[in-house]
Amino acid sequence: MQFVEFISTHAPILILAIPLICAFLTPLVSRISDKARNIFVTCAIALSLATAVLLALDIYANGARTYVFGATSPGIVLPSGMNLPIRIMYEVDGMSIFMVFISLIVALGASIYSWAATDKYTGKDRYYTLLLLMVVGMLGMELTGDIFNMFVFFEILSISSSALTAYYIEGDSAEGGLKYMLLSAIGGLFVLIAITLLYSQYNVLNMAALASSIQYTTLDIVALGILMTGFVMKCGAVPLHMVTPDAYTVSPANITAMLVTASQACLYALFRVSFTLFGKSIIENMTYGTVGIILIVIGVLSMFVGVTMALPQHDVKRLMAYHAVSQTGYMLLGVGVGLAVMGDSSQMDAFGYKAMEGGIFHIINHAMYKGLLFLTAGAMLYMTGTRDLNKMGGLGHKMPWTAGFFIIGALAISGVPPMNGFASKLLIYESVYQFSPLLSIIAMVVSILTLASFVKVFHSAFMGPQLSDYRNAKEVPKSMIVGMCVLAAVIVVFSLFPDWAVKTIVDPAVDALLNNAGYVHNVVGGA
Amino acid sequence: MVKADAVQGESSMRMSKIVRTIADVMFPFAMVFGIYVILHGHLTPGGGFQGGAATASALAMLLVAYGSIDILHRISEHKLTILECAGALIFAGTAAIGLFRTFFYNFLANTGSLFGTYPGYGPNGGDLNTGGVLPIMNIGVGLCVIAGLFAILVIMAYATTVKEPEEKGNGDETKGGH
Repeated sequence: MQFVEFISTHAPILILAIPLICAFLTPLVSRISDKARNIFVTCAIALSLATAVLLALDIYANGARTYVFGATSPGIVLPSGMNLPIRIMYEVDGMSIFMVFISLIVALGASIYSWAATDKYTGKDRYYTLLLLMVVGMLGMELTGDIFNMFVFFEILSISSSALTAYYIEGDSAEGGLKYMLLSAIGGLFVLIAITLLYSQYNVLNMAALASSIQYTTLDIVALGILMTGFVMKCGAVPLHMVTPDAYTVSPANITAMLVTASQACLYALFRVSFTLFGKSIIENMTYGTVGIILIVIGVLSMFVGVTMALPQHDVKRLMAYHAVSQTGYMLLGVGVGLAVMGDSSQMDAFGYKAMEGGIFHIINHAMYKGLLFLTAGAMLYMTGTRDLNKMGGLGHKMPWTAGFFIIGALAISGVPPMNGFASKLLIYESVYQFSPLLSIIAMVVSILTLASFVKVFHSAFMGPQLSDYRNAKEVPKSMIVGMCVLAAVIVVFSLFPDWAVKTIVDPAVDALLNNAGYVHNVVGGA
Repeated sequence: MVKADAVQGESSMRMSKIVRTIADVMFPFAMVFGIYVILHGHLTPGGGFQGGAATASALAMLLVAYGSIDILHRISEHKLTILECAGALIFAGTAAIGLFRTFFYNFLANTGSLFGTYPGYGPNGGDLNTGGVLPIMNIGVGLCVIAGLFAILVIMAYATTVKEPEEKGNGDETKGGH
């Protein structure tokens, strides 16, 4: 009992510390055997996920939790005699824990998948170290309540993911990795400059304390713009989407699935900055409409440009990468509409809240089905040795599991009724229609084009007669199937019980984003 | 995997005897400076990363003077990996020991034991035996940086000297940093 209490007290840091320590134990464990290392890495992620579930139950019951590093007790947010926090602290609310679930579930599927998917390569001990460090980077960004700490984890995430993108030199992977690193470095510098602007004015780095003291001067508006640019750059929305297709196409499939969640961690940072850090001041200065419209414009552009670029592709992973850009647009649209009416409670109740529910539910749905689709693309590549759809065909005869998972993923991403993608898209259509009918119609057209493009992929890869080139093709190894199963299971559960999912995990996330006064109150008290 | 006994005449990679002798003479001084910066991290400017980088540059001097092939005969890349992980684990482990209070809790400060002397007030010469877990973490970071940077340098130097008939990289060279 005492043990459970200990875990529960320290859960916010244990979620992060378990993968961090295991990352550096991995090269030592791999001395024993490859199998031991694979199991070790998967167990580390599973353990972290279990801790996250424990913490989530506590948060849903008792509200947001803070965890202060180095204090005599985790709850001491203000050292005696101080009225601003000086220690680094983690502040975990419904939105943070929601993103933690996404990162860990996809990482779990991806790590199981890579047992067999990487078996022809060498140097896997460092590969798994980097994989765990990538998980640490995402979790750190999502859990932290300190903006400089968020920048540090942003950099850990950038370095480990660009190294993993180019880990196996095949085709253009070095180019993809380099581009990803370049863009991340520029994005990181943007974030750093914005943090400097804020720190030089208010002498504090804690997000809650910053949110309470921001005056919304011209310099602050500049900082908001730079911060948003930095995070949009990394989350792959349209004016800055160039690197997404290049990096997603060439990285190993399980890493691509995790790159999707990495970009969503940056999306989380974008929402956290615009809702929590600047939420109070943009409501007081009545500029929520402007900031919201910026997000909506980026979102609509991403949706439309992404899907139109996807249609002519015949490289299966590049096609899916452009769809990732397009789906990011839905999240930005949904949450952007929520932001645009944040200060107007009648509109907020009428459709703003629903739009945010849709946008945020779409984050987890997208992570699951796009992760699954990338894993199936990896399975096709594993068996056929090509990503070119024109050279594939008839794989359905030999790879029934992969074909089945592909159908689940493709129906979900196209928003076909029973699937989870339909649930979140319907929430977005209905609510955005009340904001502006045109946006809702664009969203529906994009969804139809998505369906068209995935029908094309399914037809050219799985249908038709068996090709003589792939006569020896067979189903992929078991671990890859299990990895895909993890993500497919989540999709099926969300498809069967969308209402439960929205009520249980999405609503606390939306409430957490909108409740910036509560976020501040947890740290600075009555201020 | 990088093997030291791979290819090519090693004599061509060494620099002249003058350079090697100067490097030998300078090496202990550069090393002592780097280790000084690491150990005094809690008292003077610098710390684990800066001292580690200074130490790694001392090793880089040897690398330039003797060539990567000679160096890889002496120390294998595997040992560097283990050293690097040990450094990172010292850091994270020390933080985790504090979990009986909180992560990163400074459980050694002012206890009177290792690194636990109470620091004096006012201007003083600086007592190395203060700072609690900070010096331990500096040593951990220092080890990690020395091994990590040196491994990157050795492998980059090795990759540029050895010309394999066909570039078939299976990625062992790629190295994420800390």
